[in-house]
Amino acid sequence: MADSKKVIDIIGAVASKIEEKKDELTALDQPIGDSDHGINMARGFCAVQEKLPELEGKDIGTILKTVGMTLISKVGGASGPLYGSAFMKSGTAMAGKQELTSGDFIACLDTSVHAVEQLGHACAGEATMLDAMIPALAAMKQAESSGRSAAEILCAGSAAAEAGAESTKDMIATKGRASYVGERGLGHRDPGASSFALMMETIADALRR
Amino acid sequence: MVGIVIVSHSRALAEGVIDLTKMMADGIPIAAAGGLEDGTYGTSYGRIRDAVDLVYSDDGVIILMDMGSAVMTARMVIETEEAGRRVVMADCPLVEGAVTASIDAKLGRSIDEILRDLSETGSISKL
Repeated sequence: MADSKKVIDIIGAVASKIEEKKDELTALDQPIGDSDHGINMARGFCAVQEKLPELEGKDIGTILKTVGMTLISKVGGASGPLYGSAFMKSGTAMAGKQELTSGDFIACLDTSVHAVEQLGHACAGEATMLDAMIPALAAMKQAESSGRSAAEILCAGSAAAEAGAESTKDMIATKGRASYVGERGLGHRDPGASSFALMMETIADALRR
Repeated sequence: MVGIVIVSHSRALAEGVIDLTKMMADGIPIAAAGGLEDGTYGTSYGRIRDAVDLVYSDDGVIILMDMGSAVMTARMVIETEEAGRRVVMADCPLVEGAVTASIDAKLGRSIDEILRDLSETGSISKL
């Protein structure tokens, strides 16, 4: 699916996409959160973008771990430790690898879901990023078992992440800052689920090219 | 003496909580990790890490946090802590907990004794 150079390119594309969409992500955070999701994510991924040149030639585990540590250090909101630990634990799982298969990607997402559940003490249905991650994981596993190509598997994951993010409109948040807003959060998309869907869309696009 | 770190999204809040503790327990190892490096709201892994290192001794460090990412970022600092160092979070109201913890620290109580006191601060009724 992707060698380490391609992985670096894809992470760079994700960083650019987050920067491009940061106002949109922040706007989602205004009615239900503390109006900083896009700003925080862009701050973190801008720092990631600066680190990418020195990661050339490194194994995929090292690349993912460095991205994770950078996000933890730089984001400044809950998405920093959450995405950060997801990338770091995925990096540990991919240690030494020079090539990432679609099966590896699914394993990373599986690890990431557990990392986010563990750190955020959250589960499905609470209007968090997990509501995009868990459906994406399920759709990708299903596409893999029907023998689809890597690009098709990522495409299925991206579509499921987007549908999952959209479904958070109908959920009452019980975790994170949005839980203080309670029922007034109904009708609003969760920013974390939206940024995850955006990442999946960018990765799927990169693999189609 | 047990060290205390106050983590908040707001620099002013973290520093203000510390000022308040000094009314009853001045001169203890207590450090603020409020806001981001540039002074804006948020929680910073680096600032929490620096604050822990500043007040650390073999007696250990207790971190008190406001909410949300403050809890998660503090947890990441603890997860990446050197083996053998005792750094723990306390689940308690920030202001009441900070006052209790600093008085206890000044009295020379151990980290476990302080944590026991902090576990009760949330259930004390104000009215």
